[in-house]
Amino acid sequence: MSDARKKSKVVSYNKWGYIFLAPFFIVWVIFQFIPLATTIYNSFFENYRSGLTQIGPNFVGLKNFVTIVTNGDLINYSKNTLIMWIIGFIPQIFFSLLLAAWFTDPSLRLKAQRFFKTVIYLPNLIMASAFSMLFFTLFSDNGPINSILVNIGLLSQPFKFMSNATAVRCLVGFMNFVMWFGNTTILLMAGMMGIDQSLFEAAEVDGATATEVFWKITLPILRPILVYVLITSLIGGLQMFDVPQILTNGTGDPARSSMTLIMYLNKHLFSKNFGMGGALSVFLFIITGILSLIVFRISYAGEVK
Amino acid sequence: MKKLASVLLSTLMAASLVACGTSTSSGTPAEAPAEEKPAEATAEATAEAAPAGDEGSVLNIYCWNEEFKSRLEDHYPGYEKVDATTGKIGDVTVKFTITPSDDNAYQNKLDEVLPNNASAAADDKVDIFLVEADYALKYTGADPAVALDVKGDLGLTDADLANQYQYTKDVVTANGVLRGVSWQGCPGVLVYRRDIATEVFGTDDPAEIAPLLSDWDKFNEAAAKLKEAGYTITCSANDTFRVYSNNVTSKWVEDGKINIDPNIEKWVEDSKALVDAGETGTYDLWGDEWNAGFMKDGKVFCYFGPAWLINFCMAADDEGSVAHDGGWAAVEGPQGFNWGGTWICGAQGSDNPTLVADIMKQLTCTESVMTDIVKKDSDFVNNKPAMEAAAKDDSYAFPILGGQNPLAMFCEGANKISMANISNYDQGCTEEFQNAMKNYFDGNYATYEEALDAFYKAVGEKYPELAQ
Repeated sequence: MSDARKKSKVVSYNKWGYIFLAPFFIVWVIFQFIPLATTIYNSFFENYRSGLTQIGPNFVGLKNFVTIVTNGDLINYSKNTLIMWIIGFIPQIFFSLLLAAWFTDPSLRLKAQRFFKTVIYLPNLIMASAFSMLFFTLFSDNGPINSILVNIGLLSQPFKFMSNATAVRCLVGFMNFVMWFGNTTILLMAGMMGIDQSLFEAAEVDGATATEVFWKITLPILRPILVYVLITSLIGGLQMFDVPQILTNGTGDPARSSMTLIMYLNKHLFSKNFGMGGALSVFLFIITGILSLIVFRISYAGEVK
Repeated sequence: MKKLASVLLSTLMAASLVACGTSTSSGTPAEAPAEEKPAEATAEATAEAAPAGDEGSVLNIYCWNEEFKSRLEDHYPGYEKVDATTGKIGDVTVKFTITPSDDNAYQNKLDEVLPNNASAAADDKVDIFLVEADYALKYTGADPAVALDVKGDLGLTDADLANQYQYTKDVVTANGVLRGVSWQGCPGVLVYRRDIATEVFGTDDPAEIAPLLSDWDKFNEAAAKLKEAGYTITCSANDTFRVYSNNVTSKWVEDGKINIDPNIEKWVEDSKALVDAGETGTYDLWGDEWNAGFMKDGKVFCYFGPAWLINFCMAADDEGSVAHDGGWAAVEGPQGFNWGGTWICGAQGSDNPTLVADIMKQLTCTESVMTDIVKKDSDFVNNKPAMEAAAKDDSYAFPILGGQNPLAMFCEGANKISMANISNYDQGCTEEFQNAMKNYFDGNYATYEEALDAFYKAVGEKYPELAQ
């Protein structure tokens, strides 16, 4: 008798667990799982609109996947995305490390730290589209940057930034750098502040220089955080869309050299081409999944064992 | 942090959507019963416009800007304005649904509602929708038919339509069936700067400038002369595109295959030469650089445009603009063309066919109404006798053109325009072709063939059935 009562108590506690989980689970199923499953399902169909006529859905197996791979689009636009991500990430990680090291170094006694931390984070609060509109105007053929360069005599005639592949890619990279380095700085600072101060003191006692301390103590201990920053930034980079989309007015010009994977996905929206869009999304899902697994492995390597 | 912000933002957005949704949906039912009571009372008063008793009580109009609304408000007899997006004609409530055309939003909206219009609730049925020439055929084709046959379904007669320019009918005719009408025509002319003409060609008289720009070879020769004096003939290669593309002899898509017309190829050839010689640019129309040419310190000799461009887009209100002092003049230019225009289509499934037909008839066939439109809105209306009379009347002279009356040229142009070669794919093809060629002109594609491949690819993305 008393045994049975005990049992029922346990069950009723379990019930509450499920009830508290339910809202998250329902939202997750509706907004994450169902779209994911239908995306994969749709990728096997020919399904688009031509004008007012709906074509399909006709089952075509793996044809959409084959098309994307064989016409070179996936490779091409992955390459563009990666190049622009690297252009943005290298200065981003450099400046973030530098700033984080300065901010966390008590011997520098930096004043107004809070203020500067806010300032470097601010660009991230601007809407990406507003930011790229601004750059579009600044770097247009008759824009302020060109007039300055011509007026001080550096150029004899305006440079067409928007018609030059390198220039556009660098602009996109630069914008991403400016928008995200504050965020990265804060992540790295959290990591650096977690390092035991006695290590630094011991190094100082042993006569290590600041550079040596940075390379031999800070960086190695910071490695898991760095990898986390790298991979999350890479995942974010794969989804790069708003900045190049607005900067190039959706064309990915010049000659599609700044077209990212998601911009390409967006192109299929015009004809509501769910098949091709789905196939591309599945590829993206796989790549992102692999990257996330790597993060998981590294972050929880010690605990999982 | 970012996640939190995005969650907050999306909640806000969702909340505002819900708020909008409830306010509109609570708005309509409240109005609906009220409008039924005075129905009998006012029906007699506006007998000519009132629909037959069994027709719907709400006339839904889908459009992308305020233009048609203001034409209806100002010129349709018996129209009463209620608020920004509603009005009344007799006992019928007129509701405007305005969706801007940016990012294809307007067409997406039409695509969503029109195919199911017949089964929509009576008050939600679309009765009138407006289209532009670039995509008119998408909605005026026979399969699936979403627009009403103007003659067969709505009962307008050939006599009613006799004064309209033929090309305005061609735009909305598919398989011999007319499915739309327009109150305006948008024939274009070449508008040039008088001061630059005087400096380079020694005269600003349209009669003497006209022969210098009467075909493309002369146009290109003039470009070279202008270049020597430090001017570009047009702001961008895209300026002339419409002129070439309105004079094609074949469609963008023939038998399911993309087709490049010889005149389009000529545009590429001519424009490449002009761009390489520095005689024109590759800017986008409506961009900052393009607008800069309207100013006195601009270096652009001419623009191609219809009446609305001259009257409303050349910054005449700005003291620094050429238009402010009437510094432009018009000639016919190398070829005639059409730019813009709005067509009225009756939607299949409409429950107000009589009223739709009457609106079409009043705005596009009644000469007195159309003359009013010319006077009030400076439209070039789709009525031959009215425009030909105006062409001879000096009171219609354009101050921006220094007192020149270009209407005769517009009339001439409107008679010559042929829009027989439009296809369902014009909008996408034109957009992607200009974009691919801009890259070719700028040297980002080394050859014309490479640019063409990029064009085929982009069109294939927009219209998968054309993918190669």
